[in-house]
Amino acid sequence: MIVRDSGTQPVRIEQDVVLARHTVRRLAVECGLRLIDQTKIVTAASELARNTVVYGGGGDMDWEILEDGARHGLRLVFRDEGPGIADMKLAMTDGWTSGNGLGLGLTGAKRLVGDFDIDSRPGVGTRITIARWT
Amino acid sequence: MDRIPILRMGEFLLVTIQVDMHDQLALTLQDDLSERISACSSKGVLIDISALDMVDSFIGRMIGNISGLSKIMDADTVLVGMQPAVAITLVELGLTLPGVITALNVERGMTLLRARLDHQ
Amino acid sequence: MAALARQTTDAMGSHEAALLAEWRANLEASGAARGLSPEELARQTAEFLGLVITCAVNGDASNISGADWDSARQFLEKLSRTRATQGFESHHTANFIFSLKRPLFALLQRTYATDPATLADQMWATTELLDQLGMHTTRTFQKSREEVIKRQQEELLELSTPVVKLWDGVLALPMIGTLDSQRTQVVMESLLQRIVDTGSEIAIIDITGVPTVDTLVAQHLLKTVTAIRLMGADCIISGVRPQIAQTIVHLGLDLQGIVTKANLADALALALRRSGLTVVKAS
Repeated sequence: MIVRDSGTQPVRIEQDVVLARHTVRRLAVECGLRLIDQTKIVTAASELARNTVVYGGGGDMDWEILEDGARHGLRLVFRDEGPGIADMKLAMTDGWTSGNGLGLGLTGAKRLVGDFDIDSRPGVGTRITIARWT
Repeated sequence: MDRIPILRMGEFLLVTIQVDMHDQLALTLQDDLSERISACSSKGVLIDISALDMVDSFIGRMIGNISGLSKIMDADTVLVGMQPAVAITLVELGLTLPGVITALNVERGMTLLRARLDHQ
Repeated sequence: MAALARQTTDAMGSHEAALLAEWRANLEASGAARGLSPEELARQTAEFLGLVITCAVNGDASNISGADWDSARQFLEKLSRTRATQGFESHHTANFIFSLKRPLFALLQRTYATDPATLADQMWATTELLDQLGMHTTRTFQKSREEVIKRQQEELLELSTPVVKLWDGVLALPMIGTLDSQRTQVVMESLLQRIVDTGSEIAIIDITGVPTVDTLVAQHLLKTVTAIRLMGADCIISGVRPQIAQTIVHLGLDLQGIVTKANLADALALALRRSGLTVVKAS
């Protein structure tokens, strides 16, 4: 697997969520993802970026354009140094929310992408990695 | 502060969302719409999202809220123009917007609102 | 690791014409040049040998992934891709490089006739370089072939299930054969797109020709119906076989709000009625 290109952008305030969506859309097009797959990863990124801002107290989004044989992929990492997730099982339950959302952010994002990995430690922060392949 | 414009067309209100909304903008639209429904005694609301290439759970929730609150205020809400990729993604996300009336485009949505009004 | 000596690259440079002639003869003998005109072959071999000499003079011959070898690598990538789409065999493409070994070794033997230690060292360096270049060619060739196959698969998928217009505002998707998850996804997407393009308010998915469905496919069907509703159109599923009905009930899938009809004719009749149309005998 080769990393073709990579970068980082801040996800601190609400407007950054919109900017993150735009970046992810541009990268998804660059990767050659089909429209439907573009929409899925942009939507997942929107959910995770919002979580980073609202629950993580702000953080960063790292992106990488990957190549593995004939496949191309887009990998995103959302990381923050916020309070972390105390009960992972509960957080990954549809409809459960610690805030006032619908509780679809994490579980929904997971359904929208092929690869989903979450690493969170209370008091240290949260790091969520997602990827979508052609 | 920027706002999504709300057009009045007789008994109905028309909202065409053409920008990628940040969360506050969506919340403002929800407040503005409920104010306008009350002020104009509107019987129906058309929300055109044909220009949106993405609807996440926040915008989805706003649409559901508008539909719910307009119903309480005796107005129907019709959501029109959702793109196929957006629809598939919303379903995958787990957001099926039960109770929200939908139509393919503004024209059909308007016809639907009129028919519902005549029916009452 | 052995490095290519300056004396070696100098020898390659001064005997370029002879090297090229021998290389071309080898290529023709091995059949690796079949389908190429003599002019094309001459151009390709001359360009590549020129690039190798330039790159070897300026760069490190033990590692061709560096920036010094960009031009040679790009040439090979272009060559492999062209050959992959022209339908060449992978070993013929690799032979393009390997056929250069014999003339090069002969040249080395002549150059270092009196110095066996350097000869061995330079033979090793040359072998390593050519092997790397050959590997790179094969890798690119393989990748291009994979891309061709992938594109063809996608084209086949799109061809396999057409969306047809039954009436103004009524589309039908007659599905035939075993549905896998990917195929279902692709045809459903094309159905949704056609709904937007034609402004059709009713879509009929006919699964008479589908012998069985698994959990994933059944879920896909249900998701499609929901997506169609979100877009503002209605969906009717027709031709549900008993086994499929059993599967759906057994899986505990919620069919609430989904209209099903026994066959396509009933579904069309319902679609016409909903559009406010009636069918009567002409006389």
